[in-house]
Amino acid sequence: MGRLETAFAALKAAGRKAYIGYAMAGFPERGLDLDFARAVLAESDVLELGVPFSDPIADGPVLQRCAERALAAGGGLDRAMELAAALRKESDKPLVLMSYLNPLLAGGLDTFAHRARVTGVDAVVVPDLPPEEDGLLAALRRAGLDVALLAAPTSTPERLDRIARAASGFVYVVSVAGVTGEREGFDGRLEATVRRLRARARVPLAIGFGVSGPEAARRAAGLADGVVVASTVLKAALGESDPARAVAAARERCALLAAAVRGA
Amino acid sequence: MPKTRPTSKRVPARGPARRPGRVRVRLDLPDARGRFGAYGGCFAPETLMPAVGALAEAYLKARKDRAFQGALARELGSFAGRPTPISFCANLTRECGGARIFLKREDLLHTGAHKINNALGQALLAMRMGKRRIIAETGAGQHGVAVATACAHFGLDAVVYMGEEDVRRQALNVQRMRWLGAQVVPVGSGTRTLKDAINEAIRDWISRPDDTFYLLGSATGFHPYPLMVRDFQAVIGREARAQFRRSEGRLPDAVVACVNGGSNAIGMFHAFLDDPGVALIGVEAAGDGVDSPRTAATMALGRPGVFHGAYSYVLQDDAGQVLGTHSISAGLDYPGVGPEHSYLRDLGRVEYVSATDAEAVEAFGRLCRREGILPALESSHALAHALRLAPRLKPSQAVLVCLSGRGDKDMASVDAFRAGKGGADGAA
Repeated sequence: MGRLETAFAALKAAGRKAYIGYAMAGFPERGLDLDFARAVLAESDVLELGVPFSDPIADGPVLQRCAERALAAGGGLDRAMELAAALRKESDKPLVLMSYLNPLLAGGLDTFAHRARVTGVDAVVVPDLPPEEDGLLAALRRAGLDVALLAAPTSTPERLDRIARAASGFVYVVSVAGVTGEREGFDGRLEATVRRLRARARVPLAIGFGVSGPEAARRAAGLADGVVVASTVLKAALGESDPARAVAAARERCALLAAAVRGA
Repeated sequence: MPKTRPTSKRVPARGPARRPGRVRVRLDLPDARGRFGAYGGCFAPETLMPAVGALAEAYLKARKDRAFQGALARELGSFAGRPTPISFCANLTRECGGARIFLKREDLLHTGAHKINNALGQALLAMRMGKRRIIAETGAGQHGVAVATACAHFGLDAVVYMGEEDVRRQALNVQRMRWLGAQVVPVGSGTRTLKDAINEAIRDWISRPDDTFYLLGSATGFHPYPLMVRDFQAVIGREARAQFRRSEGRLPDAVVACVNGGSNAIGMFHAFLDDPGVALIGVEAAGDGVDSPRTAATMALGRPGVFHGAYSYVLQDDAGQVLGTHSISAGLDYPGVGPEHSYLRDLGRVEYVSATDAEAVEAFGRLCRREGILPALESSHALAHALRLAPRLKPSQAVLVCLSGRGDKDMASVDAFRAGKGGADGAA
């Protein structure tokens, strides 16, 4: 069993939901990004490690600003791999790499996949890689990586079935029709989306995008097996001008959200 | 399929040796997955995939529907001003002392550029799909003006995203869009130019996929946009080929168009792809030069990658981050290119060259003074290459240039460049 499967199975046995935290390579600055990732990982069951990209079309203003800052600080795929290697030495929690497709293609997708696996990355989430691209999905899986596909409130029933069949690791269920960032509430179609996936997917479901605070996290945890939270934590960090304070602020916010997820 | 093997670093990928006239081009592309050979495809976030799929389905139906094509032809004739003429440049031909130089006059269209061909086509499709909220991106502002115009004409709502940098350097077009009733939204993220305006338009569409139609202006992006935009612009080449043959009794020896995303070029080239005797040449913006960091020459310096939903040549660094660009022309500084161009480049059917800011400005001035035509800076890049090419050809030969737009919007940029203030960037 892989780390993701083991982690979700253990949580299920304990009757708990997974808190999936997020850190970005290069944010808030080089060097402190490892402290940031460590702090988030300490509060999380699974860590999503983000690769900043120049053109993040699925991201709202907070993650855009973080990516610009991270890139200016030398963040990118190489740095994400360095962070993954360092974290893997200290922890056996699952690491999920989140990246747009192009940085993964730049050095060759096979090369990336092999390198990620050897480094101790368990799964990838690629927002601009749809399930139709089976050749690319296969290249990632060949190296032993899980590919957590995204499902959206706008996905048709046929697409949800296809995503449920093709996903490995977990299905990343987008809670709103929109980009990443805090929202007032979830899309009205979310529950039906989760029900359909639940009936067909063999892997756990994690809800992400738009989870704005403890109340939303609790609701999401009530629907799925895990909750991914990024923007609201990074926003807390962006609000601090002192980078060391930023790490502390992120950890505080994570602790609050994780408690909500685990209490659900 | 994108290659999964590593590409060599730093050394830009090169297509095979040019063999114009001796290659077999498939005219039936893209395939059902939106591929032109290895290029193209549909790399969209899941939230958009259903909307993109519905768009492809609706377009493929409209494409075969006589009523739709008839309605578009009527709009192009009575509203946009088609057909546009071909003009012979007697003075420039004499000055160059070689091949005769002709212009396909898309600058004479309503709104002043070829962009209206596609804007009318997609706006008709939007209405057919029952969508009344239209969003668009714009760089130089020509596509934004075309969209605002089409929306005013058909009674649709228009929201146009435009990089802050472009809002500054293309102020005239911003005013035009606002007069036409469009909401212009300045985009302050990233490089604050076209690529970031596209990012923001895609984000808008992700947030409202059900009631919104994204009217993309270039032959780029997810399938079906490269196909749809090419089809709507192919009227340029179809007309030009027939007109030229009627007046000259033959086909031109070379057809030249500026390329960035590549909508006017693919529209101009498409009718000639199967004419082996016609050399097709796309001209990119070199900015300060292809060997300088201030350039936008994607074909010369880029490598294939996935950007804005399609696999195609992209100006990127070794880590796969998309690079900033420079061109005096706000309509030529996108760091990508349409997938069909990438296909034609690798095949060797189209040759891709570049022209610098200085060469474009010189061509701009020469066309103004010698022929009494004020060209857009984008089109001036194509013209600059034609002026290099014509002297090398025989007087019995002919070069046909797509004059994709008129240059009123560019006069401040040209004046600033001539005054030595560093071109468009200093035009504020």
